[in-house]
Amino acid sequence: MPAPAPAAPTEPAAPLLALQGVDRRYPGGLLALQSVSLAVQAGEFVALLGPSGCGKSTVLRLLAGLDEPSTGTVGAPARRPGPDGQTAFVFQEPTLMPWARVADNVALPLRLQRRPAAEVDAAVQGVLARVGLAGFARAWPAQLSGGMKMRVSIARALVTRPRVLLMDEPFAALDDITRQRLNDELLQWWQAQRLTALFVTHSVAEAVFLSQRVLVMAARPGRVVDELRIDQPYPRAPGWRHTPAFAAACARLSAALQGAAVAG
Amino acid sequence: MSGWRATLGRAALPVAVALAVLAGWELLVRAAGIPEFTLPAPSRVAQALAEHGASLAGSWWYTLKITFGALALACAGGVLIAALFALSPALERALFPLAVVLQVTPIVAVAPLILIYVDSTTAALLLCAWIVAFFPILSNTVIGLRATDPQLRELFRLYRATPWQRLALLRAPSALPYFLAGLKISGGLSLIGAVTAEMVAGAAGRETGLASRILEASFRTETPKMFAALVLLVATGVLIFAGFNALSRALLGPWHAAESSRPH
Repeated sequence: MPAPAPAAPTEPAAPLLALQGVDRRYPGGLLALQSVSLAVQAGEFVALLGPSGCGKSTVLRLLAGLDEPSTGTVGAPARRPGPDGQTAFVFQEPTLMPWARVADNVALPLRLQRRPAAEVDAAVQGVLARVGLAGFARAWPAQLSGGMKMRVSIARALVTRPRVLLMDEPFAALDDITRQRLNDELLQWWQAQRLTALFVTHSVAEAVFLSQRVLVMAARPGRVVDELRIDQPYPRAPGWRHTPAFAAACARLSAALQGAAVAG
Repeated sequence: MSGWRATLGRAALPVAVALAVLAGWELLVRAAGIPEFTLPAPSRVAQALAEHGASLAGSWWYTLKITFGALALACAGGVLIAALFALSPALERALFPLAVVLQVTPIVAVAPLILIYVDSTTAALLLCAWIVAFFPILSNTVIGLRATDPQLRELFRLYRATPWQRLALLRAPSALPYFLAGLKISGGLSLIGAVTAEMVAGAAGRETGLASRILEASFRTETPKMFAALVLLVATGVLIFAGFNALSRALLGPWHAAESSRPH
């Protein structure tokens, strides 16, 4: 049973990712986040949707430990990736080392943890096969298309077998076809590895297709203004995008987003 | 499609131009009856080169030792100081102006002082050539060490890389193209520095370089020999540049945009 239950009747005690009354004020005085509270349970796929400048990325950075809150608390048992690689982060850009071949880029997290070479090689081969890059281990990043670079980036995130996957608009720069294919595969990887995913996006359709729950954010100051459940069981077939139920969910979410804009 | 046939095709034009210049020079000298102590014909320079080949080779070897000795010290010093600057911005603020002072002081103007203070002529020549050669390596490496992709830096932070891992796996490879660009400049400069310092040091001494031979020949109005020494110097400079160009391409070729997308 790889698919997590969409709505657990009893809330588990400790969420894997949590913000409680978090403000983030930058030195210039800009309030990037205002009293943001959210919780993500183990196994959930949650999308964070909002216009640019609403602090979506700041939320991810706080949860990854790349930023500190001005007030409030960040609770995340898997917050920093320890030696067991509990949290992985996928940036908006592929963020690959141009001087390293694909396999060496993917191996980086394990090498930084000084894992034995044999273990690293096996893990890299396995994860490259899983993301469809088995033949590209010795390629240079400069030889790859944007979509393939993003696959490498995701392979690097998955290679440590993390519990939590934080993704910051990873597919925003890709064309629609590549993006949809990667969305389909992302759900497979999420299910296969029983990940907990928090996915930042500004695309309504992407949020609906991927997640069980969408947190809607508004800008100036950045805050969570709404929350919607997407009650479609996994696995979600690619064709689900063309059903009336999908369209209805998108319409609901768009309305919530507009409401957020009006409220802001 | 043979690679070296293409190389030959590209080389044809500059070689043809060089041959035309030499032929014109030879014709001009012969037609106008210019005496060889004013302007020797290329054939006369070649003859002088053959005549004095053995003795010039010894001087050439001495100049080469100074040049590469200074360059090696410039690499070591430039990279070491750049690494210290990268570790401590305060140190950089304190010492960078001094490096600039060294760089902007004309070497001919300080060489006499250095020759007074430093007993060994060879050491004085090395110091002069080093002063000229080390700045491009220092300033380029400083920029290179700072030019790491901020997101890659965050990735290393996420995976808790040690300072040593960050230096070896992130900052050094990011700085390599910059360092190599500095090396290409410094290679030529260290030859210029060595020759300039030799000129100031004069023709005295048991071991002398090509510059001293040029001075010596000029006292005796042996113009063909002056040209012969000059030909050796120019050839050396060109070979140094070509060598570092090849090194740069070999090290960066597969991945670096500036090297992989250049026309030649």
